[in-house]
Amino acid sequence: MIKLIPRVENSTVMVLLSPLLALTLTALSAYLIFVFVLVDIPVSSVFFTLFVEPLIDSYYFSELLVKAAPLMIIGLGLSIGFRAGIWNIGAEGQYVMGGIAGSAVGLYFYNVEALWLLPLMTIAGILGGMFYAGIAAFLRIKYQVNEILVTLMLTYVAVLFLSAMLQGPLRNPSGFNFPESRIFHDSAMLPIIWEGTRLHIGLIVAIILSFVAWFGIKKHMFGMQIKISGSAPRAAKFAGFDDNKTVWYSLLISGGLAGLAGLFEAAGPAGQLTPGLPQFYGFTAIIVAFLARLHPVGVLFSALLIALSYVGGENVQIEYNLPSSITQIFQGMLLFYFLACDILIKYKVVSFKTKN
Amino acid sequence: MNESLFINIIIGISIASVPLMFAAIGELLVERSGVLNLGVEGMMIVGALLGFVVMSHTQNPYLAVLAAMAGGMAIASIFAFLTQFLLTNQVATGLALTLFGLGFAAFAGRGYTEETIQLITAVPIPYLSDIPYLGPLLFSFNPLVYLAFFMVYLVWWFLFRTKQGLILRAIGDNHDAAHAIGHNVVRYRVMAILFGGAMAGIGGAFLSLVQVPIWGEGMTAGRGWIALGLVVFASWQPFRIIFGAILFGGITILQIHAQGLNINVSAQYLSMLPYLATIVILVSLRMRLKNKTNRTVPNCLGRIFHSTT
Repeated sequence: MIKLIPRVENSTVMVLLSPLLALTLTALSAYLIFVFVLVDIPVSSVFFTLFVEPLIDSYYFSELLVKAAPLMIIGLGLSIGFRAGIWNIGAEGQYVMGGIAGSAVGLYFYNVEALWLLPLMTIAGILGGMFYAGIAAFLRIKYQVNEILVTLMLTYVAVLFLSAMLQGPLRNPSGFNFPESRIFHDSAMLPIIWEGTRLHIGLIVAIILSFVAWFGIKKHMFGMQIKISGSAPRAAKFAGFDDNKTVWYSLLISGGLAGLAGLFEAAGPAGQLTPGLPQFYGFTAIIVAFLARLHPVGVLFSALLIALSYVGGENVQIEYNLPSSITQIFQGMLLFYFLACDILIKYKVVSFKTKN
Repeated sequence: MNESLFINIIIGISIASVPLMFAAIGELLVERSGVLNLGVEGMMIVGALLGFVVMSHTQNPYLAVLAAMAGGMAIASIFAFLTQFLLTNQVATGLALTLFGLGFAAFAGRGYTEETIQLITAVPIPYLSDIPYLGPLLFSFNPLVYLAFFMVYLVWWFLFRTKQGLILRAIGDNHDAAHAIGHNVVRYRVMAILFGGAMAGIGGAFLSLVQVPIWGEGMTAGRGWIALGLVVFASWQPFRIIFGAILFGGITILQIHAQGLNINVSAQYLSMLPYLATIVILVSLRMRLKNKTNRTVPNCLGRIFHSTT
């Protein structure tokens, strides 16, 4: 018989070991799946393309960082909300709305060359995401409607809204009816930080933001408030914390950051607003946040890991004609194993003999 | 109104609402046992794929539906194992299940995107369906439509008319007390989760076996999430699932017909209707319950149970 005994204190060894164990198990399972599914392709070369090539080839590595930036920014916001027990699952929708709002500003001033343009678009993007998440906050506070469902439903709405905008007001007037916007003016585009690649300033912003958030959570009263609201709601009430404030802040912060990521995607790698804006980053960032154990700086590392699976998945798609959904399988499994291995932190696994 | 158009609309609504009914009634039982499984979308898509694959190989609708149930249960068992034995966070695990299910179905189904199958069609009940008006209205549906209604009844009967149902509700409301008087919390919950998986599997299969004869990535298009909304809408009462599902089916059909009638609203805005309706309905439900707490919410919903004894 195997039994779980709660530990008195969380095991520090396991805090470090369990992610490694989860990674190993994910790799093993992925290997087994490939062995079963891929009959005529050598599994080891698929593995190489999937996990190693993006790290050693400088172009792929830059693409990895391009994809990590939005995951970091969104994951950071989510990690703050999840700490408070506010489940914003629809970051994808806020990301799209931020992209639309920021791009709309950029497109309105499409022939203006000015330094203030990009900051203005950034603000619009953040506000777009905040507004969209704010709907869920309002409905939760006013009508106790579950924020999981509202943010999710609004994600589907946002994607449809993007498509409506691109066939209507934001469509490129000289674009032969393609559902795409004009290409942004140079001063509406994010500065590139690695010459010759698409890597933009968003990565630096993400890193700065994560340290700001870390510091904020450690030193600011609000950090204490969300932590306690999430882990001990009753205690939070006795301490006199304003519940509504937690809901508002959690959703506005995560929504605003998702909106920022959406604008960065439009004004960065894309350079215009296209139907391809939603790329599942909003959902994947949920995994990023959990892999980081909701730690703002940990998000940086887990985003890199997940971005690796994105780039690797795309390469496998191109080289071996395999669907990019491999990426999702890998990510889903990683989260399963990660959650499962975490039991070793809080519980001791003891085996004992049963009496016969 | 033209009589046959009216009947077509009724049939259209039934076809649009049945997948939601299956998925929601399964999730309702799961949530009554105190478990929140957000993986409905993932279980549905796996059911849709397996039903389609078995149908295209065997042309046997019974096997196809059974395979869809088995597929839903198989992927639900991952959730059951993680949340019940490894005590993982149910919200996170459910999300992982949805992501994994969508990815797995897209990956495993990549060879089937070009194929079509023979749809499971309506089977008019002999004699009864010949009755004027009532016949086409009551006795000419797809067999799975009747099954959906029957499952709703069955879940109600189980929850409120059997001893095991009472125990399951007790576990959902207070797992520590239920455990203390000797009930096996984990066993009941695992069973409930597997049942939820089977129902979501059929719901998904209904999409690929009855609604359209094709398989496509992401064809569930958020129906699993709408089903989760329906459970809240129904205040965890089985029969209200029927009303909720029909309401959504009606909105979906309205949207399709409005597009056909060339109403001057772009298709995207009409397609938003089912999602916006979910939100509006959840809000209006709360407005009705104003100042009253919802007593039917299972108290232990989403909480982790671990016995030390």
